[in-house]
Amino acid sequence: MAIKKNTESGVRETRLGSITGYNGTLKDLHAKSGCGGVKDKGRCFSQASLCNAACALSQLSFITDAAIVHHAPSGCAVTAMQVSNSKDQLADALGLDNSHSGYVCTDMNDSDIVFGATDNLKEVIRETHRRYQPGAIFIGASCVSGIIGEDLESVASEMRDELALPVAPVFCEGFKTKIWASGFDAAYHAILTQIVKPPQKKSNTVNVINFFGSARKQITEIFAEFGVVPLFLTSNTSIEELSRLSESLATVSTCGTLGTYLGNGLQEQYGVPYVKSLQPHGMVGFESWLGGLGEVLGKEAEVAALLQRERTSYLPKIQALKQKLTGLRAVIGMGPGFNFNTSRALQELGIEIVHSAAWHFDKQYDDGKAPDAFTYQVEHSPNDYKLSVNDLQNHELINILHTVKPDIFFSRHTGSTVWAMKLGIPAICVYDEYAIFGYRGLLNFGTWILDVVTNRSFTENLSKRVKLPYTDWWFKQQNDHFLDKETT
Amino acid sequence: MTRIIDQPRYVCALGAMQTVQGIYRGVPVLHAGPGCAAKLAGGIAGSNGDSGYISPQIYPCSNVSETEIVFGGEDVLHRTIENALKVIDGDIYVVLSGCTTEIVGDDIAQVSSAFSGSAKPVIFVETAGFKGSNLEGHEWIIDALINQYLAKKELPEKVKGLVNIWGPIPSYDPFWVGNIRELEALITELGLKPNTIFGEYRGLENIDLVPAAEFNLLVSPWVGLKNVRLLQEKFATPYLHYPTIPIGAVETSKFLRAVGEYAGVSPEKVNGIVERHEKEYYYHMERTSDVFLENRTMSRRFSIVSNAADALAISSFLVNDFGLVPDKQYLTDATPEEHREDVAGLFRQYQYGIEAEVMFSIDGFEIHEDIRSNDYFGPPLIIGSIFEKKLAEELNGNFLAVSVPIKERLILSSSYVGYRGGLKLLEDIYTYVLKQFN
Repeated sequence: MAIKKNTESGVRETRLGSITGYNGTLKDLHAKSGCGGVKDKGRCFSQASLCNAACALSQLSFITDAAIVHHAPSGCAVTAMQVSNSKDQLADALGLDNSHSGYVCTDMNDSDIVFGATDNLKEVIRETHRRYQPGAIFIGASCVSGIIGEDLESVASEMRDELALPVAPVFCEGFKTKIWASGFDAAYHAILTQIVKPPQKKSNTVNVINFFGSARKQITEIFAEFGVVPLFLTSNTSIEELSRLSESLATVSTCGTLGTYLGNGLQEQYGVPYVKSLQPHGMVGFESWLGGLGEVLGKEAEVAALLQRERTSYLPKIQALKQKLTGLRAVIGMGPGFNFNTSRALQELGIEIVHSAAWHFDKQYDDGKAPDAFTYQVEHSPNDYKLSVNDLQNHELINILHTVKPDIFFSRHTGSTVWAMKLGIPAICVYDEYAIFGYRGLLNFGTWILDVVTNRSFTENLSKRVKLPYTDWWFKQQNDHFLDKETT
Repeated sequence: MTRIIDQPRYVCALGAMQTVQGIYRGVPVLHAGPGCAAKLAGGIAGSNGDSGYISPQIYPCSNVSETEIVFGGEDVLHRTIENALKVIDGDIYVVLSGCTTEIVGDDIAQVSSAFSGSAKPVIFVETAGFKGSNLEGHEWIIDALINQYLAKKELPEKVKGLVNIWGPIPSYDPFWVGNIRELEALITELGLKPNTIFGEYRGLENIDLVPAAEFNLLVSPWVGLKNVRLLQEKFATPYLHYPTIPIGAVETSKFLRAVGEYAGVSPEKVNGIVERHEKEYYYHMERTSDVFLENRTMSRRFSIVSNAADALAISSFLVNDFGLVPDKQYLTDATPEEHREDVAGLFRQYQYGIEAEVMFSIDGFEIHEDIRSNDYFGPPLIIGSIFEKKLAEELNGNFLAVSVPIKERLILSSSYVGYRGGLKLLEDIYTYVLKQFN
């Protein structure tokens, strides 16, 4: 990667060779990724997925003093509705003042399509600055601003000079990528290029790239044993805190998909080591994650002591639970980061993965290496399970579930859990990124699984009374029916 | 003048895909970017659920990419519709375009018309985001149903007493299901037969009945006016425009009398219904009046920050039923210019000559600044969306979220319509009031 030289992060399809269409197995995907990269497959039928703008701009909205100016028609700014109270809930929980954050829209209309609207955009930026006095302003691109060729780079540059604060364009036009995770990269690119400053001194901070920091308390306590302080990114941080990311001792991430651009960027540009490890889901992941950090910090002994305590406390209980869960067959549908880490954790509980559906697949991260969690699965999974890649194509997923008939389905995306339940398959939505955090998390999560497969009332009551919106014809097809048969 | 939306409370025309989803077994087919469906649904329906028989994740969508921007996307749309008919088990398919495909000039009318011979109806609506709001999109979809579907069918015989009810917008009105059901119940009490097209198990069967109605009843200040006018033109069905969603005893009794009179129901019958309901309603008011009266934190004056329909309905209840005096009312639904004068006039018709000033604005920041500059002579009651929560706290006022983005409350089948709806609204207002020391 060469962050500073580029005006945009570039979408994952071209930057990393990531794909959204594949059907095969874990080991086949690995074999194909190895030689020249796995080729993406298109579809001749698709259902609505998600755009990268949602990821990019919601990430930035949770910064306590950032203002988003979305250069878009009204509907795109719906993200402002979605984050409206959640950012307050997060800030309130920590007693943080987020009154300098905001999310406004330039309300592009039909005459803007013809004449352009950078004048109004500038006025809105000035007005946003007046209203919120933010630490930085991010200009969000949209499909419309992209198609009509609005020069956001020039507007940002002009406004930076005029307002004397960071103004960064975020190139997240929805049509540019099928991989919404590209939006994380676009947001982090804006942060890396416009917010982060060269280090003045070294701090004892460790950057933790995550979503909402639900394990803030546990991680803070753990890190205290190593003499370091976590900085949870990017929700509930300030622009000032972000400007000093280069001073941190290291960066870790709870999601490889999320962390790759920022983690590797900080390493490449400022020498902040990005800990390459499994993510802290379950036992092996937790040990790898903390082990990797311990190595970077020179705190191997402290990590070893902590891990030993955890094993002593929880291993017997986890072993007992494993006996009850062994033999359960699971299908999992998640983004690739959580997917491979969750699969590993499920296998630690004796659960068999029969099919894994990933919302996209990164054959490599920004360091040019395959994701550790994927490689670990290839090398350690007891079975070479079926694996497909689809950008939230529910018809494919439900076809798989209908064919495989697992005991349980694990999902991580809005609106995707209920469809398994409608088939009578108990399902768990693993929204909390720390739901399987370490030994304690694995014990909690395993117990949740046991509860869900034991008390099937909600699933059965619902499934008996609803009809699926798919035709019988569709259920008779293979799940890859609409995928290109020849690689394109 | 700077064009700015701060704290958005509506979405673009494509957001009216929720209107199609509101039709049981209706299938929106999107010719739009990959994120439009999930984002719009998440924003409007939010914490109140956007799933159902189908959901935004099920909507067939061309997920427009750079290729379609450069080379056009008509072929992709054709394949999407063709396969949607094979994969999705629906009754009517409504093709909706987004910004991208309209800018590059894809002809969705032509592509959709290739499916006019399909076993299932396929219609289309141009809903590019830059063309209007989801409220207007809702009207365009109903117009398309009339023009492209109903007008092509054989005209059914009129059914005596059959009344189409229009007004609540699926999803955008968080109480839409409950509100529609309650309006149906009121109409049924008058001895009429309600016909509505949204919500559970209505769908195409009820749409087919629309031309058979004796009249259309529109319960909304402006949304739907063009639809009932079109229905009059196409099927010679007259309409009664009753702008105020009836909440509480005064408005609901007035509503029943107005509809009864229009439909030729005998006044004796209507009076009987009204009397029975009012008796029950005032039983509750009587037994709870101490709570209402002996409270030191309840507001006397209020502002509503919402769409025209909710602001009119709730303010009418608070003024005509509950004795409060309105301060300024803020209408946030991007009310089209042509309706503004009439809509503002509706806020000057409360009892005792009481009037409220209205401000049309899509800029929440400006609205909040204005509210801060008002003198409510005590703690204000602010009714709006979640955006007003912090403002109400800042002003030591009382607060209730009733419109999108609503958040922090779950609405399944409840409703503020009718006699029971008025009681429910008071329950909700006082649930907030009673959290404070009295």
